[in-house]
Amino acid sequence: MPILDAPVAADPRRAARARHWRRTQRLTAALLLAWFVVGFVVTWFARDLDFPFFGWPFSFWVAAQGGVVVFVVLIAVYARRMARNDRLLADETHAAGAPDPRR
Amino acid sequence: MTLRTRTFAPARGRFLRGPAFSRRLHWIYLAFGLAFLAFVGAMALLERLGLPRTWIGFLFLVGPIVFYAGIGILSRTTDPTEYYVAGRRVPAFYNGMATGADWMSAASFIGMAGTLYLSGYGGLAYILGWTGGFCLVALLIAPYLRKFGQYTIPDFLAARYDGNLVRMLAAVAAIACSFLYVVAQIYGVGLITSRLTGVAFEVGVFFGLGGILVCSFLGGMRAVTWTQVAQYIVLLVAYLVPVAWLSIRQHATPLPQATYGYQLQKVIASEKRLLADPAEQRVIAIFQARAEADDARLADIPAALAAQRSVATRRIAELKAANAPQGDIQAAERELARLPRDADAARDEWTRARDADRERAQPLAGMPLHAQQFAGDPHGDAAARRAFDESRRNFIALVFCLMVGTASLPHVLTRFYTTSSVAQARASVGWSLLFIVLLYLTAPALAVLVKVEVFDTLVGTRFDQLPAWINNWAHVDGSLLQVSDVNGDGVLQLGEIKIGGDIVVLATPEIAGLPYVISGLVAAGGLAAALSTADGLLLTIANALSHDLWFRIVDPKASATRRVTVSKVLLLMVALGAAYVTAQKPGDILLLVSAAFSIAASAFFPALVLGVFWKRANRWGAAAGMVGGLGLTLYYTLVNQPGVRELLGITSPVQLWWGIQPIAAGLFGVPFGFALLVAVSLLTPPPSRAAREMVDEVRLP
Repeated sequence: MPILDAPVAADPRRAARARHWRRTQRLTAALLLAWFVVGFVVTWFARDLDFPFFGWPFSFWVAAQGGVVVFVVLIAVYARRMARNDRLLADETHAAGAPDPRR
Repeated sequence: MTLRTRTFAPARGRFLRGPAFSRRLHWIYLAFGLAFLAFVGAMALLERLGLPRTWIGFLFLVGPIVFYAGIGILSRTTDPTEYYVAGRRVPAFYNGMATGADWMSAASFIGMAGTLYLSGYGGLAYILGWTGGFCLVALLIAPYLRKFGQYTIPDFLAARYDGNLVRMLAAVAAIACSFLYVVAQIYGVGLITSRLTGVAFEVGVFFGLGGILVCSFLGGMRAVTWTQVAQYIVLLVAYLVPVAWLSIRQHATPLPQATYGYQLQKVIASEKRLLADPAEQRVIAIFQARAEADDARLADIPAALAAQRSVATRRIAELKAANAPQGDIQAAERELARLPRDADAARDEWTRARDADRERAQPLAGMPLHAQQFAGDPHGDAAARRAFDESRRNFIALVFCLMVGTASLPHVLTRFYTTSSVAQARASVGWSLLFIVLLYLTAPALAVLVKVEVFDTLVGTRFDQLPAWINNWAHVDGSLLQVSDVNGDGVLQLGEIKIGGDIVVLATPEIAGLPYVISGLVAAGGLAAALSTADGLLLTIANALSHDLWFRIVDPKASATRRVTVSKVLLLMVALGAAYVTAQKPGDILLLVSAAFSIAASAFFPALVLGVFWKRANRWGAAAGMVGGLGLTLYYTLVNQPGVRELLGITSPVQLWWGIQPIAAGLFGVPFGFALLVAVSLLTPPPSRAAREMVDEVRLP
């Protein structure tokens, strides 16, 4: 399988793709961590996070509103950062002399 | 109208795409929104002019369905890309609305606020789980599916896992979970229709079926997409208007979502007051005594039954001897006839009565403190600590299952095939969640507002001054609302109200003192929620059958038109089958829905995620993971679910693992599926080159 197993550095276009995928993975992992903290860690300690927050007990508010809003924000951040990541890939492959992948 | 005709014209020539298409859609749906408001206004006017309620209810059912049918007919198509994925040119914003309607079912619209009313913080597991799942959709699944760009979820798995073994498993799992879910939706349609118009439940089911078919039959995904957008608008308006009104009536802002923390404080204060109230305690003591009496009867059934018979017989004899009116004697005879026929019947009846009484002999009518996180007490005695641990564990487990299930339901995931690019698919998940959140932020607020109304206004009212809606609803359906003066003091106590969750949304307009037309609007919204979800589900089932099983496996040479025709025929058959099953009134709706989530989660999630993120995953691993994960989930659900146990005659003691309730069976199935997928993949040869190249391909934008 020469194409798949060739050293990445040999082909700048492949190197750019590999970097794109690494950035995607890092972003995905970071956002999943935030998702896990809001969805599960805060919930696990809900009984202790009981201080008042604009009338709601804090953990009640997180489960009813705060967490939900954070989820929307996480997806929005992902969409924006990935759009930038895609542009970066297009620039890098273009610089490497390949046809623009944006077609 | 010419505008709409052009846009939805059948598949000939060029279609509008991109910003121009979006602009045209903005105009069309703005016009739709205004037309809908005009329709509601006209209904309000007709109500004022004295049109009877049955007519208004009927018009609210038929009017929107005619709208949807119009869109469905204008969107008819025989082109496969149009039929299966709406031409792949749905803008992110509108795909978000369609996904919102696709996703929010009758359970979200009608059930959720009721669940939150009855279980307080415990119900928030649904809010967290059903929204957090979209993070998984966005980060792990939707962009990669869109890049792959075929028609169904089994398509994706078959390409990634080399062939028809995985395709068949995926198609069967997709059909199973979608069928369970669609039965629950059609049930909801039947319920709303029969409530609103007074027709029989079965008639309502088939009426709803007509509504579903006009949306999806002629135009497939294309028609479903554009009706779902319209249905989203209807259901959102129908949900928000009465809640805003109720909030204003309670002297709060029209935006209760932002301010109901203060009403929650009121609820907490009222809970303290009600817990200490002697009248409430008397009601509880009465139910306690009734439960104990039932226990005594159950201790010696034959004797108790004989005693009741002799009392009833003696009474008839006395009445006859005293020459009492014929009516009284007949009533007493009916009383005798109503007694249980034999000891077994008596045991069933009295056990049920005892359980019902015990349930009602709880403080706060069995509801937990609204804002209290989890049951029990981590600093209390051993039993309280155990209750706390189990309650917390089950909450987390339920959140997990709902999240992963959301990210695996085929009818939702297919929607992300319909956007025009990967970037649009990513953005579209964000829009979807935003549109869903508009309703999900409102449901907990509504639950608190209704609780304020019940605790502070209703409780303590004299029985002869109860508001009219109480008697109306108690009359419609006793399982929704029952009030009786248990302790005979002429004043309503909380313990004397027996409430079913669905009433919270259904009665909100009347609680807020709004005219009947708003009740009709709410019913139209519930119908829109159920219809839109059912459309998406039926299409998924029909496509799994026609595209994945028939076209891909049985007859790969079929022409494009023939494929679409077969799909339409199958859609009709599946719809009739689902309506037939629904008309049998299968037991527990919540069980059906939660089973669908756990089945989808354990069958699809590991294979979908590792398919993109782990190149070494191969077909044997995927097949083992799907079968194993699904098997474990089904096993845990079947042996532990009370209803199923009864059905299968299982009598062995319930063996819960770590106290996890069967509703969260996916907690075991999903990790087990992951583990099997990894282990079996590593023990078998790596996937084909084509599969690995496909992974590289979908990872690119």
